[in-house]
Amino acid sequence: MGVCEALEPGDVVFGYYRCHALYLAKGGDLRALVAELFGKATGCTKGKGGSMHLIDARRGVMGASAIVGTTIANAVGYAYAQKYCRRPNIVACFFGDGATEEGVFAESLNFAVLKKLPILFVCENNFYAIHTHQNKRQGLPDIRARAQAFGMRAERLDGNDIFELCRCSADAVRSIRAGQGPRFLEVTTYRWREHVGPGCDYHLGYRSEAEAQPWQDADPLRRLARLIDDQHRREMENEVEQEIADAFAFAEQSEFPSATELYTDVFKEEAHAAAGA
Amino acid sequence: MPQPVLDSASRSATSSHRILSYVDAVREATDLEMACDPAVIVFGLDVDDPKAIQGTVRGLLEKYGPERVFGTPLSEDAMTGTAVGMALAGLRPIHVHIRMDFLMLAMNQLVNVAAKCRYMYGGQVHVPLVVRAMIGKSWGQGAQHSQGLHSFFMHVPGLKVVAPSTPYDAKGCLSAAVRDDDPVIYVEHRLLHFQSGPVPPERYQVWPGKARITAKGNDLTIVGISYMQIECLRAQRLLARIGIHAEVIDPIWLSPLDIDTIAASVEKTGRLLVVDNGWTNCGAAAEIVAQIGEKLAPLRDLRLKRMGFAPVTCPTTPALEELFYPNARTIAAQARNLVEGAETGWLPEIPEELQTTAFKGPF
Ligand SMILES: Cc1ncc(C[n+]2csc(CCOP(=O)(O)OP(=O)(O)O)c2C)c(N)n1
Ligand SMILES: [Mg+2]
Repeated sequence: MGVCEALEPGDVVFGYYRCHALYLAKGGDLRALVAELFGKATGCTKGKGGSMHLIDARRGVMGASAIVGTTIANAVGYAYAQKYCRRPNIVACFFGDGATEEGVFAESLNFAVLKKLPILFVCENNFYAIHTHQNKRQGLPDIRARAQAFGMRAERLDGNDIFELCRCSADAVRSIRAGQGPRFLEVTTYRWREHVGPGCDYHLGYRSEAEAQPWQDADPLRRLARLIDDQHRREMENEVEQEIADAFAFAEQSEFPSATELYTDVFKEEAHAAAGA
Repeated sequence: MPQPVLDSASRSATSSHRILSYVDAVREATDLEMACDPAVIVFGLDVDDPKAIQGTVRGLLEKYGPERVFGTPLSEDAMTGTAVGMALAGLRPIHVHIRMDFLMLAMNQLVNVAAKCRYMYGGQVHVPLVVRAMIGKSWGQGAQHSQGLHSFFMHVPGLKVVAPSTPYDAKGCLSAAVRDDDPVIYVEHRLLHFQSGPVPPERYQVWPGKARITAKGNDLTIVGISYMQIECLRAQRLLARIGIHAEVIDPIWLSPLDIDTIAASVEKTGRLLVVDNGWTNCGAAAEIVAQIGEKLAPLRDLRLKRMGFAPVTCPTTPALEELFYPNARTIAAQARNLVEGAETGWLPEIPEELQTTAFKGPF
């Protein structure tokens, strides 16, 4: 949210499978998101990609990969094209702490710095990859330091502090837009629920409720809500609840894709091509 | 506890009456190999996490310690190269991946290095590496978590490929793969994990290059690969109800492939349907059909057919996913068409006793 606040509508984001919030923050449509989860034809990928591959190219949401780390390089390539085409827009790329262990992370950062590309790297560090803590996976858990070693300015900040996040993002975006090359934000956060699915997973024993508690107490949404007067907040909440209810109703009423959809979009289709020409 | 679906098939392979799940069979094979050879080590992403790779490595960390059983960073490429290095040094690593799709990040090390070492270095070195890779299905797995890419590896000389479908073979093949002095890609299917069947408690091997006849018949030969073996056996029962007797074969090892067992069957039946848990184009089914054509076409009339994934990316919506995979009904329908030599339009319903209910998801 905080990062997208600093972006222009023409800027582009690349995400990873934990992409629902990013999709909405960059202007994706809630109805199309919920319909996608229902596997309906009105979903943002017509029910074909599912939860992990949300996209809204018109809004600059350029998709999300379920293969950890892969979109980092794609975002770098997009940024190269932006620069090459002399477009004013920049790219923001989101990934987890786990993704920084993949080779493609190092290779992509090096190239982005080498070519001074207009890209903001955002590492959402929730300290876990599935059930394994960062300390059990990284010899140097300081992700910011690793990013700095490639030769770009990198900061580490509290992702639960929405104002700080907005401020740092705006500052980074300004410098990237001014042609000063890539920037890196390591944003700490925490996953409240299990890796996949809506349940709690404390029973697995890899983390404790005590560890999670401070993060939940510092929930940025609640902190923000406390700053708004009661009546105004209630109005906003009602509006949002309404929007959510509407999206679910929309999804339920929508049709599943027809059988012929199985074979569409494998390649550019001749009929479409003719119509478009 | 899931009911054994494949009991008749694997019971013919063993006199054991101990019933084990596929998961426990994999775990037991690993345990036995580790117990008798300190060179065997197990690692991979999440190997040491509380879910213990669906339970397939449960208890091994406690028993053998973190030097022999460990989780890795998210670094498939480097960890595969590391595994090759360990194997060159005489270890017998088992590198585990919870999805086969992730092997795409390890292709360079597998194809350009592991597969090549023995030959390229004139036999001076070898790579006794096992790569366990799981194929996913349903529950939103979709495009990048459900691919059956075993044929990629079958293509490359120097790699062996095995895809056991029963707990009995899961144990025997894993043991054989670990004992093998060359790299083996060991393909599991997440839905097979929920199968159970007879597994003898002792150590034994199901060696490369021997297919298994899992049902006898004279009307046509059906080869089912990996999870599709289950669907083929269900189809065989549907066909039996209308008087068509299919011979069903599980190739088990895809590379090296026991084509002779399949050829002997097709020589008898004249009709071959190969059902793969992957795409047909340049796939395992294509290879089997081609070999049978080359072998038998000069000798007798043949009708050949491949089935596999629809030639598209796997969609997540159940409405389309249902059409993406072959299933017992569509397999039976194709088999009947093949036997009758014409489109019959027949599509059987699945009777209650043939429904699979073991797994209720989600992953
Ligand atoms: C290349 C690859 N390896 C392994 C996986 C399995 N996997 C899925 S999510 C995940 C953890 C990723 O952690 P992180 O990057 O920190 O993101 P988070 O889920 O914490 O947001 C892993 C290992 C994968 N999807 N892709
Ligand atoms: Mg994480």
